Amino acid sequence: MTRKASPSSDKTRTDGDFVWTRKDLLGLDELSPQEIVHILDTAESFKEVSTRSIKKVPALRGKVVALLFFEDSTRTRMSFELAASRLSADTLLFSSKGSSVAKGETTLDTARNIEAMGVDIFVIRHSQSGAPHLLARQLTSSVVNAGDGQHEHPTQALLDIFTIRQRLGRLEGVKVAIVGDIAHSRVARSNILGLKKLGAEVVVVGPPTLVPSAITAMGCEISHSLDDVLGEVNVINMLRIQFERFSSSLFPSVREYHRLYGMNAERLARCRKDVLIMHPGPINRGMEITSEVADGPNSCILQQVTNGLAIRMAVLYLVSQATR
Amino acid sequence: MTDRLDSEQVRKAMDALYEQIAAQMPGDARIVVVGIRTRGETLAARLVGRLQAERPQLSIEHGVLDITFYRDDLSRREGAPLVRATEIPFDIDDAWLLLVDDVLHTGRSARAALDALHDFGRPRCIRLAVLVDRGGRELPIAADMVGLRVSVDDDARVQVRLKENDDEEGISIIRQDADGR
Repeated sequence: MTRKASPSSDKTRTDGDFVWTRKDLLGLDELSPQEIVHILDTAESFKEVSTRSIKKVPALRGKVVALLFFEDSTRTRMSFELAASRLSADTLLFSSKGSSVAKGETTLDTARNIEAMGVDIFVIRHSQSGAPHLLARQLTSSVVNAGDGQHEHPTQALLDIFTIRQRLGRLEGVKVAIVGDIAHSRVARSNILGLKKLGAEVVVVGPPTLVPSAITAMGCEISHSLDDVLGEVNVINMLRIQFERFSSSLFPSVREYHRLYGMNAERLARCRKDVLIMHPGPINRGMEITSEVADGPNSCILQQVTNGLAIRMAVLYLVSQATR
Repeated sequence: MTDRLDSEQVRKAMDALYEQIAAQMPGDARIVVVGIRTRGETLAARLVGRLQAERPQLSIEHGVLDITFYRDDLSRREGAPLVRATEIPFDIDDAWLLLVDDVLHTGRSARAALDALHDFGRPRCIRLAVLVDRGGRELPIAADMVGLRVSVDDDARVQVRLKENDDEEGISIIRQDADGR
């Protein structure tokens, strides 16, 4: 069949000839730029479904999506659950609290048992980096990584990139600052990988204890001063301060962190007028970001959540099409 | 063996289709025209343009439907091509709805489109307009308006090419030869 040639060679948009064939979504590391754009474009089409009076399409009718959360999560789990139900799939929820894991069952055995019930897609969050990859190799069902250890959180990065493309209309040449605990952040890793593949520039910002110098191997710059980069970036993605890590000596104090790396109105005034303020949530108001900024016109924090649903619908749909 | 119909024959088929639509279109209802992606979308846009030019008093709303999620062969395919957005940002309840596609063959696309429309509301009626009806139905579905009827074997392929999508106008009827070539 002949098709009209793509009008532009913009690598952040595809024409219709590409076909998705991966059964799993484990990270942005293994995806080609074209595959990432294919997910973004598919998500674009799914946004419309959420505006209908009947917010459902039968694309995954009769399929079962198991949500395996070995680590706590609220919004990611709810987002995947709602995405699955908008595609007419049935969902099974597993959280490790009070489950057979407490009785000593291994992750793989848990997944195999659930697969034996007839599950088509596993959505997995695990505190161990690489757990979804292990399951993907062992299971015939599709596996979607919903965050593994300090490794990757692909759907979060995809929804961040989707939101940037939506708000700024492009990704090529866009400069993104990612601020906070880069060393332990799977959100930062996936974002850097995806943004670099689509031609954006990334500068990671944080105290030396939380920004490993080896991160430059991923193609991003490092800055230890938020004030230095404010004027030159199009997007500032504020990572959450992970209080659970405060017991260690990585953070001097919350107050000092806020003074040096917190986003407030005074700093916002020194940014470009159209700067985009992002946050993967949950927000610690007054810590990494003040309410004024989080709820202001430059913030797209709630838009990120809305877009997350479309991204997860797209991912579930795409991986389901690659397996049978 | 391939038969090719040229742009003049496409124009005649379009004219025939338009005449039937114009004759059946009620004067007292809200008119909604929905094209099935990709070439049904193009045909719908052309029909709407002509209707608005010739009957400026009519109010016509115009939408686009991607039926991918509603296809019954979804689970039989390998891989996922790009799904495009459906654009029906208006109410279709109680409207006279014209569904437009390029080729009617098995009827499965039309079935999927009917299911999809059902999720958007309850039109007063739905009429199906196709540029080419090539026969070979697998479902109890018929077109109300047809630009051109051809009768070909089930394994033949009928392709409509339109300027907006393919840079040229034409209809190809590709028949399998006896020796399978």
